[in-house]
Amino acid sequence: MTPLLSVQGITKLYGHHIGCKDVGFDLYPGEVMGIVGESGSGKSTLLNCMAGHLTPDAGAVVFDTRTDGPRDTVTMSEPERRMLLRTDWAFVHQHARDGLRMGVSAGGNVGERLMAVGERHYGDIRAKATDWLGRVEIDATRVDDRPATFSGGMQQRLQIARNLVTGPRLVFMDEPTGGLDVSVQARLLDLLRGLVRDMGLSAIIVTHDLAVVRLLADRLMVMKDGHVVEAGLTDQVLDDPQHAYSQLLVSSVLQV
Amino acid sequence: MSEYNFAYLDEQTKRMIRRAILKGLAIPGYQVPFASREMPMPYGWGTGGVQVSAAVMTPDDRFKVIDQGADDTTNAVSIRTFFERTAGVATTTTTSDATVIQTRHRIPEEPLSEGQILVYQVPIPEPLRFLEPRESETRKMHSLEEYGLMHVKLYEDISRHGHIATSYDYPVKVEGRYVMDPSPIPKFDNPKLGNVAAIQLFGAGREQRIYALPPYTQVVSLDFEDHPFEASKPDHPCVMCGAENSYLDEVITDDTGGRMFVCSDTDFCEARQAAGHIGTMNGKDAA
Repeated sequence: MTPLLSVQGITKLYGHHIGCKDVGFDLYPGEVMGIVGESGSGKSTLLNCMAGHLTPDAGAVVFDTRTDGPRDTVTMSEPERRMLLRTDWAFVHQHARDGLRMGVSAGGNVGERLMAVGERHYGDIRAKATDWLGRVEIDATRVDDRPATFSGGMQQRLQIARNLVTGPRLVFMDEPTGGLDVSVQARLLDLLRGLVRDMGLSAIIVTHDLAVVRLLADRLMVMKDGHVVEAGLTDQVLDDPQHAYSQLLVSSVLQV
Repeated sequence: MSEYNFAYLDEQTKRMIRRAILKGLAIPGYQVPFASREMPMPYGWGTGGVQVSAAVMTPDDRFKVIDQGADDTTNAVSIRTFFERTAGVATTTTTSDATVIQTRHRIPEEPLSEGQILVYQVPIPEPLRFLEPRESETRKMHSLEEYGLMHVKLYEDISRHGHIATSYDYPVKVEGRYVMDPSPIPKFDNPKLGNVAAIQLFGAGREQRIYALPPYTQVVSLDFEDHPFEASKPDHPCVMCGAENSYLDEVITDDTGGRMFVCSDTDFCEARQAAGHIGTMNGKDAA
């Protein structure tokens, strides 16, 4: 089986400082990969390198494209990469405001990706947008409201709808539950888990919240100072951490 | 006439502007940066258009200026006088007689012919500006032909008003490639942008951009399949000349709801009246 995404030796340096160093893994279709680590451990740098927001200093990110099979997205031309970003990839930002157009209605936000790939029928676009708002549990009557009038949790769900509307195969998530209160977090995670399972999505989730990866991720990578210190099945890593830092991380979670 | 170089600008500046114009004509709809000069008028009064007019003008030209279709408004009169004084060219108000026409917010009703140049004054040349404030990003979107965002604006219009409510500054696609801002002409004029015999030049002084449409260029107004583009105008005939197919200005006549509609193109209206077309209020004291 061809991996959907094959990450090979990704290195990003900020001068002498290491962003991330020699990270590699394979992600298979339908698999969810979690990346955990403390602030500054390089997990967001890694995610941005994989998603094409940053250019890595070394390494390859090979994606199994629909038309041409496995292609290295780092050396791919920019129009091709941006086309991928609009179609087969999705990126969920930590802050919904970074991923949404705040001056545009909810329907317009969801419809933007459809229009970006050439959809030109207003009725169809609106129907799909309304359908997706329903799937992320936003009332259809809010379709013409601006995201600025939405609560934080709703904004985050709207961002997810906007990203998933074109049926991507790979979703990058940067702390999707950051800044939300716990009950809203729980519902969002429930929703995400349902969507990931129903659509057979592959996802890479960066977070520092171990509960999120426990719930969503099949596999887990633990990062520290730009290096991967431990990788394996989620339950295995969380229940039986081998590396000293993983042990620290797991034991730092407050048990209530 | 010895006080100024011909048409106010010095020859090097005109060469620079002509190079930008030629590049613009070679790549229809592409915004060419140019070193816009300070002109003796405020930004927003047509500094871009004036520089383009100065660069294309020859001593044999006949020059016409219209502002919202009219030859006799402040902006039109002052720019016409400006070139009378600095270039000494002949001026006219008759569309068919003019060789260079500078316009603000209108295209003349009378079809233009080969040999004529229409110069537009453009306040904001970037059609994507109000949706994407970063210039670096809009340039990238133009170069990669990522124009989905333009339809988001039209989508918003329909969702809010039930139809595409953008009535001026209506975005167009040129030769299937660049999305272009046609300057704030009413969308009624959009069909007159394409397949025209005359050269159309667009100058934005403050934003330092020139773009152009060579003769007989394909220009398509953006729309949705189920909400097609419609060139709209007030549904009335002109009260002065009775024209049914010209763009009309609404004129408020009193404070009790009285109003009338007259052609915005004054030359077109006067020519029709001279030819014997009489509207409903012509000859009566409207005021």
